[in-house]
Amino acid sequence: MGGLRLYKRYFLIQVKSAMQYKTSFLLTTIGQFLTSFNVFLGIYFMFQRFHAVEGFTYSEVLLCFSITLMEFSLAEAFFRGFDTFSGIISNGEFDRIMVRPRNEILQVLGSRIELTRIGRFLQAAVLFVYGIMKSHVLWSWDKAVTVLFMLIGGTAVFSGLFLIYAAICFFTLEGLEFMNILTDGAREYGKYPISIYGKRVLQFCTFVIPYALIQYYPICYILEKNSSWWYPFLPLLAILFLIPCLCLWKFGVHHYKSTGSY
Amino acid sequence: MKKYFSFFRLRFSMGLQYRAAALAGIATQAFWGGLEILMFRAFYRADPLAFPMSLESTSAYIWLQQAFLALFMGWVMENEIFASIQSGNIVYELCRPIGLYRMLFVRSLAYRLSRAVLRCFPILLMAAFLPSPYGIALPPSPAAGMLFLLGMVLGLFVTVAFTMLIYSLTFFTISPAGIRMVALSALEILSGSILPIPFFPKGLQGVLEILPFAAMQNVPLRIYSGDISGNEAIRALSLQAFWLVVLVGTGVILMSRASKKVTLQGG
Repeated sequence: MGGLRLYKRYFLIQVKSAMQYKTSFLLTTIGQFLTSFNVFLGIYFMFQRFHAVEGFTYSEVLLCFSITLMEFSLAEAFFRGFDTFSGIISNGEFDRIMVRPRNEILQVLGSRIELTRIGRFLQAAVLFVYGIMKSHVLWSWDKAVTVLFMLIGGTAVFSGLFLIYAAICFFTLEGLEFMNILTDGAREYGKYPISIYGKRVLQFCTFVIPYALIQYYPICYILEKNSSWWYPFLPLLAILFLIPCLCLWKFGVHHYKSTGSY
Repeated sequence: MKKYFSFFRLRFSMGLQYRAAALAGIATQAFWGGLEILMFRAFYRADPLAFPMSLESTSAYIWLQQAFLALFMGWVMENEIFASIQSGNIVYELCRPIGLYRMLFVRSLAYRLSRAVLRCFPILLMAAFLPSPYGIALPPSPAAGMLFLLGMVLGLFVTVAFTMLIYSLTFFTISPAGIRMVALSALEILSGSILPIPFFPKGLQGVLEILPFAAMQNVPLRIYSGDISGNEAIRALSLQAFWLVVLVGTGVILMSRASKKVTLQGG
């Protein structure tokens, strides 16, 4: 419980400091909005030409895109502290974190909370509502719960990826750019249901990194393409992905050698 | 001329130093290209008649785009230049007996080329070995190949000239983030880097094709695969040359006004 209170403190500090530069905050938020708006335009123009892809219509794809975007922006807002982690290691800041009697992950997360991601999230929410109105989904409580599970599971999976990114920094001392394939790539290509990329990609995204568990399978349940009772629970199963990520992090902390610089 | 060449050489060899980053870039771009093509394949299967290009030319377009990403993407701009304009350190450049516009132009060219040179060959090689509709083949004729090269040079110059406008405008505002963001977002969607221009709705396409944004990657990448050929290609290349003149002209005027009128903040 103490941890949560501490995080609340961090959060308030971050809000206050962001509000010191209101114009900059606003502009970055708009920038976030614009970049994902371009992705939306890409989908929109494709569906001016095509009516469906792999059995998914325009509004169904939008529903899928918006949920993925919400998952990603939630994870990014709260867990992108790991993004600058290579800096924390190379300037010796992590030494300071280690000597404090608090959880290291919590402190790293508190060091950077990206409120500007609200621009992206808002857009996702708008698209989500639009998708709901257009897609003729008959909503019931089980489908609503599925969306909630997707948001929880999705945030967990993306956070896990950010955690891996940071854990690798223990060994390389710098951020590895290729990890962006797994994070930004998933956001970029998660705009369409994963099945359209073919069977192999779907298998990879089911068993190696559980993207499909937080996107394709539950979406199929919501759109009534598959009504197996266990599909809504797959996003919760995806949370297990955090376990290997945490192990890697622990392993990294164990092997941490200070760079000595300050 | 010689001094600008040495600026070019300096920035170019500096850019070549970042080999680990280039390796990561290659992996990313190969991955991106593959997924992009799988996506287009799905749409092609859904309705081949609605597909505006052939699948082969779409694949070639995407692989070339990924291989030469650094040449045409708007965001390949140097934070160092932005920072020196904002902090006022740019005055040191003004002290030198060189044209500021020309120097920054050459420097941007070198920066983009050095990044592209490190990245393009492995991606092109890989794409060349992929099976037919998903890989990249040689251009349909040697003439098309020549036009492609000409289009690449013009496209690169137009892209740099456009980013030069953004640098110039930075002189006039203290926080350039806004201009930069809007300009780069517009470039991203209108130049065909998210979706090749033939995929846009018909009416919009006509408008997009004459904008300066279409004079960047759109022309060479479509000439290569034969999507634009003959007279149409000549017309597209002339339009590129036209926009290059206009953008450079505007940039030079803006930059000279900036260096005359603007009060630097001190350093």
